[in-house]
Amino acid sequence: MSETAEYAETASPGKGDAAPAASGSRQASPTSSWRSRLYRWDIKASPYLFVAPFFLFFGAFGLFPLLYTGWASLHRLELTNLDDSTWLGLENYTNLLQSDYFWNALGNTFTIGVISTVPQLAMALGIAHLLNYKLRGSTLWRVAMLAPYATSVASASLVFTLLFAWDGGMVNWLIGSVGIDPVNWRESSWGSQFAVSSIVIWRWTGYNALIYLAAMQAVPHDLYESASLDGASRWQQFRHVTIPMLRPTILFTVVVSTIGATQLFGEPLLFGGTAGSKGGADHQFQTLGLYLYDQGWINGHLGRASAVAWLMLVLLLLIAAVNLLIARRLRKDR
Amino acid sequence: MKSRTPGRTSRPMGLKAGRTMHAGPLTYLVLAVFTAVSLAPLIWTAVAASRTSGRLAQTPPPLWFGGNLFKNLERAWTEASLGDAMLNTTIVAGSITIGTVLFSTIAGFAFAKLKFRFSGALLLLTIGTMMVPPQLSVVPLYLWVADLQWTNQLQAVILPTFVSAFGVFFMRQYLLQALPSELIEAARMDGASSLRVIWHVVFPAARPAMAVLGLLTFVMAWNDFLWPIIALNQSNPTVQVALNSLGTGYIPDRAVIMAGALLGTLPLLLAFLLFGKQIVSGIMQGAVKG
Repeated sequence: MSETAEYAETASPGKGDAAPAASGSRQASPTSSWRSRLYRWDIKASPYLFVAPFFLFFGAFGLFPLLYTGWASLHRLELTNLDDSTWLGLENYTNLLQSDYFWNALGNTFTIGVISTVPQLAMALGIAHLLNYKLRGSTLWRVAMLAPYATSVASASLVFTLLFAWDGGMVNWLIGSVGIDPVNWRESSWGSQFAVSSIVIWRWTGYNALIYLAAMQAVPHDLYESASLDGASRWQQFRHVTIPMLRPTILFTVVVSTIGATQLFGEPLLFGGTAGSKGGADHQFQTLGLYLYDQGWINGHLGRASAVAWLMLVLLLLIAAVNLLIARRLRKDR
Repeated sequence: MKSRTPGRTSRPMGLKAGRTMHAGPLTYLVLAVFTAVSLAPLIWTAVAASRTSGRLAQTPPPLWFGGNLFKNLERAWTEASLGDAMLNTTIVAGSITIGTVLFSTIAGFAFAKLKFRFSGALLLLTIGTMMVPPQLSVVPLYLWVADLQWTNQLQAVILPTFVSAFGVFFMRQYLLQALPSELIEAARMDGASSLRVIWHVVFPAARPAMAVLGLLTFVMAWNDFLWPIIALNQSNPTVQVALNSLGTGYIPDRAVIMAGALLGTLPLLLAFLLFGKQIVSGIMQGAVKG
């Protein structure tokens, strides 16, 4: 009883007539009905109040801009004159689809995406398998693997740009010591794409390894026991127990990595130095993300940049659909 | 399943399998190699930051520390504005962390434990847009910021990422199992208001997940790149904006650039040294539930 009274005091300090009355030992009936009405209202309204702050920001800075970008993509909108936008219909899109640079950027995004994602996830799977053994200092190993994740895109890219430098770069010196001719990593087409991918691989392999490790630890132990009773070797257990059990997780990391690859931006920008937004002299490592930034903030065509953004979204939806199909297939096979 | 047949003839491995298996020396060796690859670029950043720009253009590259570390750090701190940038980024990442953790917890609680209309649809909307790239919103954000004359002001980079869909989902998943519904009902029976439930029941139960979400959010906010380099410039930079300026030739001195890269990463590496265990378990928790 005294607890209820205490609650009424703190919960409705502003409602002068209700709260002090309730603090008496005897409950007056009009007060109690007022309070129970307040209480019922509180129960009903509170969920909405709890999600309101999130959705207020989310709507204003997430959802609305997403749609407004679509609207802007149908207009001519220039950086030099933000107040003036003229209706263009689909012209921004048709222009993009006819531009060699757009297709070049799309192709580069795809190749860099493949070179960075496939080895990254394969290595992460291997590392996770090793981390899953009983290790001395297991936390230490995990933290060490995750250190690149703490490094920002900008820091990592600056360091790798120097490691891949033509003059005095560590990579050329190392491959030179085994007799390979130095490579001009920034100017060559495959070289630059490899270098950019290596930044992505370095930053994200440990992170994905931890995600796989978490999934491996959730695999029921008796599956391994029965497999080893059947005489399956360590490798066979990995292939026939671990991998199938990890399928949903693998699919999840593929989706996340693909999304990351589609929006790749900071790594090639900084790797390119002063010509960063062009993705090198011949646009040899210009990704879609770079192309968007270049169109919008270097060339000043914000409408066109919006169209690139929406094409990016379409691309992601296509990838999501393909993933969904594959996932369904895998489930049926089982 | 073909490869199974030879396995049957080979010697059984015994009952110890999977994760209880002890690591052999080969496992340690391979892990050591991967750890070296993970850490070497970070250590070499410090080596390069202690040299001169001229030395960094020579072959072979330096493998051990030189004597210019503090000179280079000082130039990065003042000339490349990394001092101001670190202060700015602390303010920005700190505000974003507070907003994200607070609003994610109460919204995540509502989605996990309360019944209300449209909750399913709203949650689906939240999850569905979780993976939309930042590129999809930078043009409208830029128009707003220009309109409000917020260019180069910190609120321009704080407000757009003040809440996070991932955070809401993360807290919901955690509270679904960490917070017994009976506890809320008991508090309700005692006549506790919703705010009291949040303060005395939800926050204590959510504390471990709030800490992890806070760490992850701080790292992400510290490293955010695309929108800050559009909204801010070198006159009032965050760390990433200052590093971007360095990368595009603001101070064409390799050793100073490396000193900047080192400074910009140091706070996060320190955080990893202190909270590495929590961050690791946070990522692994998110993976299993997500």
